[in-house]
Amino acid sequence: MPFPRGLLPTAAVLAAAVAVAGCSTPSTPDSGRDKSQLTLADAYEPESLNPLLGYGEEGVSKIFDGLLTYRADRTLEPALAAEPPQPSADGRSWTVKLRKDVRFHDGSTFGAEDVVATYRAALDPAYASTVRSGLSMISKVEQVDPLTVRFDLAHPYAPFGHKLVLGVLPSEALAKPEPQDRSPMGTKPVGTGPFRLAEWRKGERMVLEANDSYWHGTPKIRKVNVVFAVDDNTRAQRMRGGEFDGGPLPPNLAKTFEGLDGYRVVTHKSADYRTVVMPTANPVTGDKAMRLALNLAMNRQGMIDALLGGKGAPASTLIPQALPEFVEPSAQFRYDRAEAERTLEAAGWVKGADGVRARDGQRAKFSLLYPAGDNVRKDLAQAFASDAKAVGVEVVLEGLGWEAIEPRMGNDALVLGGGNPLDPDLKSYPLLHSSYAANGFNNPGSYRNAEVDAALEAGRRTTDPAQRVVAYKQFQRAYVADPGMVFLTFLDHTYVVREGWTGYQEVVEPHTHGFTWGPWWNLQDWAPRR
Amino acid sequence: MAGRRLLFAVPVLALVSAAVFALGALSPFDPVKQYYGVQIFNASREDVDRVRAELGVDDPVIVQFGRWAGGLLTGDPGHSRSFRQPVADVVGERLPWTLLLVGVALAVAVLVALLLGVAAAWRQGGWLDRVVTAVGHALEGVPPFVLALGAIAVFALGLGWLPVAGLTDAGAEASAGQVARHLVLPALVLGVSQSPWLVLHVRQSLLSALAEDHVTGARARGLAERVVVLRHALPTALLPFVTLVGARVPELVTGAVLVEEVFSWPGVASAVVKAALSVDFPLLAALTLLATVAVLLGSLLADVASALLDPRVATDG
Repeated sequence: MPFPRGLLPTAAVLAAAVAVAGCSTPSTPDSGRDKSQLTLADAYEPESLNPLLGYGEEGVSKIFDGLLTYRADRTLEPALAAEPPQPSADGRSWTVKLRKDVRFHDGSTFGAEDVVATYRAALDPAYASTVRSGLSMISKVEQVDPLTVRFDLAHPYAPFGHKLVLGVLPSEALAKPEPQDRSPMGTKPVGTGPFRLAEWRKGERMVLEANDSYWHGTPKIRKVNVVFAVDDNTRAQRMRGGEFDGGPLPPNLAKTFEGLDGYRVVTHKSADYRTVVMPTANPVTGDKAMRLALNLAMNRQGMIDALLGGKGAPASTLIPQALPEFVEPSAQFRYDRAEAERTLEAAGWVKGADGVRARDGQRAKFSLLYPAGDNVRKDLAQAFASDAKAVGVEVVLEGLGWEAIEPRMGNDALVLGGGNPLDPDLKSYPLLHSSYAANGFNNPGSYRNAEVDAALEAGRRTTDPAQRVVAYKQFQRAYVADPGMVFLTFLDHTYVVREGWTGYQEVVEPHTHGFTWGPWWNLQDWAPRR
Repeated sequence: MAGRRLLFAVPVLALVSAAVFALGALSPFDPVKQYYGVQIFNASREDVDRVRAELGVDDPVIVQFGRWAGGLLTGDPGHSRSFRQPVADVVGERLPWTLLLVGVALAVAVLVALLLGVAAAWRQGGWLDRVVTAVGHALEGVPPFVLALGAIAVFALGLGWLPVAGLTDAGAEASAGQVARHLVLPALVLGVSQSPWLVLHVRQSLLSALAEDHVTGARARGLAERVVVLRHALPTALLPFVTLVGARVPELVTGAVLVEEVFSWPGVASAVVKAALSVDFPLLAALTLLATVAVLLGSLLADVASALLDPRVATDG
């Protein structure tokens, strides 16, 4: 909801005054507040809490546990598994020993049958699970004994551990094969996680309570209220009124909390990229020189400073600087407008009278689509168009709904977002491997590069970490020699956090939605400060 | 009369629900995208097609309608895809909040109408009358969501008297006090947005009643002005008012959709918006039916009331 801007500061002061003056909202910082409770604001409400419909897919969910989970440094550690799983010699079979004496929120015992049921349901079309595409390498899941499960893979897949973070459901909930939107797990989830769902008033708030029989110890935070406040300004407003102990805010609004007593602004680096897809079928964007030149023509740092309040990092590929072990230092585009112009000239794109280039009667002009309503993508699209214009390329912007974008994205450029810091394979392969060309939203521009394909293949088939690093560095070099997209930036995620608790650990975040990652990703380890 | 009218409602309801399905089929939104949500960006085309087949969203509209209607007749209104809950649960959880909001709003509107309408007619041409008439005509042209945003800006943000939105404060229990505080603004906005027609109507019909012979007679007998207006003129003026209140129900329903959406009120009306955007046929059809029933019942009740109040009104004929 748009509110008159001038009213906001006055309203903030008044709201705070009213709250302090003694209505029921606990808002005076610290004094007498029950710190075993947290009230957080969120901009995004999950559609469903069912892991088979994608809830907590990036391995962090308060309600469910996977076989494995993440540490703050993005390495995997056992959760429902008893020890790190080991692949067979040929890499095509993974055996996982399970933790003993784990119970679901409803009191039933966790065992191999639950793991098998969950993964089989994810793969069986009758359950209509939306996470199936990410698990396509699994050919068979079998119970070896009540506490051991074996996964057979169609091909060796080194980062398979990252597929074992899927939240495990009780097998009883999966007895009937039906589309999962009908499953009660979406609204009344039963997991093994540190918190259980106590109440969910859709469109309004969700209440989580500590799971006293959690296998990793009872969480010190006893209750979490997650309040859904979609509008950024409203959320900032209510935060300033003292209603919340924290929540995500865009950088410009988060900044207003800097230096405010009792609050801290937290910035998380991410692998959350924004890129412009350059479809190969389009006569302009399909030209290699054109794609190379546009990559050189982009003032990425300028975009970050002007549009993101400095909260972002330039992107040349989808491997962010925040993952130093995988970054290839030579595979970075510098901002060099003169070189961009030279590249275009050399390829035969000659400037016409109106400043727009052309080659063999083909004008250097294409459409750039972005999802209407996403302000960051809209701003980036405009910046892209203006940097392109400076080198004589005309970009026509069109803000559309996804329904209108999808049929056109094979031919027109598109601002796309995504990203996952946990393993380079998870996002690079579907985004840039030729086998995913024009397959849904995966590689919408149909980018095909044999060298990139080979490096990505090597990366997923070799299990040796050092060999994998070599493969992904090779992938980045091959990609920047013939870029299929124009990566612009990685977005930092900014949050406001109230002081008063210990346990916070910084992480590099994926492209994620809602209360899973963020400062509270490891909430089970948080405790009130004495 | 009531029985005949109720019988007539059956084909109306059938027609309305068929129309909802027919219109929904023309919608550009793809139900499979709604099912996937943000997951769609990682899904392979093959998997999306499989889910499409599994959900049966590409079946002809007539098949989908048949499936839904068949379920409804056996007592199962189906499953809401957008809420991922049985339709019965969605309606069951949300209808009470809508009834509360609409009920209070209607009471507000009627109360405002009676007080202001009578006061304005009593002193026709006086300052109150002029203000009420001017504001009433102005309000008729203001959509409820403008009124709602204005009320939020003034009473919630400007003065800080009342909460901006929601059913309770963040994280608070839905206690009577909490809900009452959060109900004030949406109910007032909805009530006030519906009141101008009623106010102006009460004023107008009271004015014409005041000019009637029996009122002149009462005045000639030297009765007190209060008795003349309230006992002799008002009852005649109220008869058409009852019918008008019934006829305003459709406006009240649309008003509720807008007000619930702006105030994040967790009622059925705001669920309509979500269902429509998600091409959630079962929920959309159920809610449209509910609205149709409300409208039909509203006008039926108004007619019954006026028939009971005035023996001159012929019912069947």
